[in-house]
Amino acid sequence: MAINKHTELRYKIWHYTYLTICGLVFFFLIAPLFVIVPLSFNAEQYIHFSDDMLALKPEAFSLRWYEDMVYGTKNPWGLAFKNSLVIGIFATIGATSLGTLAALGLSSKYMPYKALIMSILISPMVVPLIISGSALFFFLAKIGLSSSMLGIIISHIILGTPFVVITVTATLSSFDHSLTRAASSLGSSPLYTFFKVILPLITPGVISGALFAFVTSFDEVVVVLFLAGPDQTTVPIQMWTGLREQLSPTILSVATCLIAGSIIILVLMEILRRRSERLRGIQPR
Amino acid sequence: MSKILTTEGLPLETSLKKVEQKNKFRAFLLVLPLLLFLIVAYVWPILNLLTRSVDNRLISDLLPQTAIALSNWEGNELPSEDIYKIFYLDLNEAHKQKLSGKVSTRLNYAKNGFKSLINKTRRKLKNFEDGNYKDQFIDLNKKWGDIEYWQAMKVAMPKYTIDKYLGSVDLEKNYSGEIIQKPEKRRIHRTLWYRTFYVALGVTICCLLLAYPIAHLLSTLPLRYSNLLLICVLLPFWTSLLVRTSSWMILLQQQGVLNDILVYFKIVGDKSRLELMYNMTGTFVAMTQILLPFMVLPLYSVMKTIPPSLMRAGSSLGGTPFHSFRKIYFPLTYPGIGAGSLLVFILAIGYYITPALVGGASGTLISNRIAYHMKETLDWSMASAMGTMLLVSVLVLYWLYNKILGIDNIKLG
Repeated sequence: MAINKHTELRYKIWHYTYLTICGLVFFFLIAPLFVIVPLSFNAEQYIHFSDDMLALKPEAFSLRWYEDMVYGTKNPWGLAFKNSLVIGIFATIGATSLGTLAALGLSSKYMPYKALIMSILISPMVVPLIISGSALFFFLAKIGLSSSMLGIIISHIILGTPFVVITVTATLSSFDHSLTRAASSLGSSPLYTFFKVILPLITPGVISGALFAFVTSFDEVVVVLFLAGPDQTTVPIQMWTGLREQLSPTILSVATCLIAGSIIILVLMEILRRRSERLRGIQPR
Repeated sequence: MSKILTTEGLPLETSLKKVEQKNKFRAFLLVLPLLLFLIVAYVWPILNLLTRSVDNRLISDLLPQTAIALSNWEGNELPSEDIYKIFYLDLNEAHKQKLSGKVSTRLNYAKNGFKSLINKTRRKLKNFEDGNYKDQFIDLNKKWGDIEYWQAMKVAMPKYTIDKYLGSVDLEKNYSGEIIQKPEKRRIHRTLWYRTFYVALGVTICCLLLAYPIAHLLSTLPLRYSNLLLICVLLPFWTSLLVRTSSWMILLQQQGVLNDILVYFKIVGDKSRLELMYNMTGTFVAMTQILLPFMVLPLYSVMKTIPPSLMRAGSSLGGTPFHSFRKIYFPLTYPGIGAGSLLVFILAIGYYITPALVGGASGTLISNRIAYHMKETLDWSMASAMGTMLLVSVLVLYWLYNKILGIDNIKLG
């Protein structure tokens, strides 16, 4: 609704009310995240904005909780970060390769039972995590993989594949299939066509699917709660334990690092989106 | 008319069919690795979970003869001497194999008090003499003369049972097989189901009300501003769930930021700080904020495709802005509303982490109860039964989503 000097007063009032409401909702969405950041630099032990902090006195801020995160006694975070990274990377590799292959099959027009198969492939995303967790707990215990990294990696591959399948099929849906026909008419083998023609064009979609899979794994706590022994602790598990016991400032430093990580991922996704649009010749509006 | 032949001399029709078969096979082959992997490592375990919820073979395997004897027993008066004898033999056998602990745990699900009863009895089993088992049992503990324990045992015996499903909606079977309400103070699950449903519905409605205006704003602003504002939606979307929950814990706790602000502006006194966390309020507010992006994104992607000229046409034909909005714009956003609402509802109904951390006792949902049965009471059949019911409700919604919107239309980011 455009506002100009001829607009009636009541519509003007309505327009500004609408903008205010929108502003408040955006504030509601984003503000809670940024409460964490200043508090993680707190010099005191309490999770509380002290008067000194509000007066922006430099001595009220410190990096002690970051030091505690890295060098602290017992230091569970080092192991947790290492485990989360290992699990995340392997789960991403597994989910991305399986998911991309499946997406290639699914977007072929010859694919039989497409709807049924698609809904099976997406189901890990829809089924409540508590159910997936219980089912996988019994399954992995039966085949002797409970409390093992391999078990957690397998379950994270399962949870990550739907995201890869969805993003890659979405990319393939705008893929020009005459390109593959052109390649084969020029004598290229299907495998060569895949690596030289298809893959470069769908790479942005594959990478964004991989990012989704990685974030899903890195952030996943419910299933790991069922599967992990003390040696398989991950960052979310460590946070979960910390939050259940006591909200310590060290957790806030970890949380700030994770927020920084999600900003990086957000930027990566935006770059990928633009690249994908450019590759497919879509002009930005 | 002669058929068209290919260079190999085959009819064109057959040749084309052959190629199509080959293509079908090739496409299927690409999906096969993931499909097999999911069926073995995911679908099968879930089906297994479902059978676990009705599988009651444990107890009848432990006390095989008693199970048969009790199934023939009417249940109106105390069992006969024969049944006492059979029970003695079964229990003694189980005790020798060091399985009587399992018997006591399992029977305790059927009736409280069985655990101590069996545990007391099994230590005395070696003192039993041949003959007159009934009196010996009753002398040992007068509960063995209480018909209720035998009735409970009879009910617990069948190999397959829907008891756990009844239990998860606070019903039980009495000894004659009628389905009755559980005693009032043991009814806990039904409240949880209702609460889960209402919270999911409430969160969905709140998300819709909050998401609609901002999705509209995002879709009407020029791209450079809307991209900037979209970050406000996408950053929470990409941020760890635990980080967002902990930010709500900081905000809502009694010495937390929100209460500090209220005290600072003298809206509430320092002594009467509000309890915003460890109750329903905490769960509700935190879940709404956490699930909001899932509503905004589908709405935004639908609203982006609505040409602004439609609203202009509406006003040029004399409609007031509100009238044109209601008659033109709003109906066009139905697909977005449907997609977002179903997505948020599906996610909310199975929520676990946030209620567990900020919900306290009065703000926990059905998922928390399932986890409680999985980890604390170890009543895995109960957890499976409740899980199955939750799963079925989610799958119905999933099917609806598929039916209305098509699963391939899910968009991310």
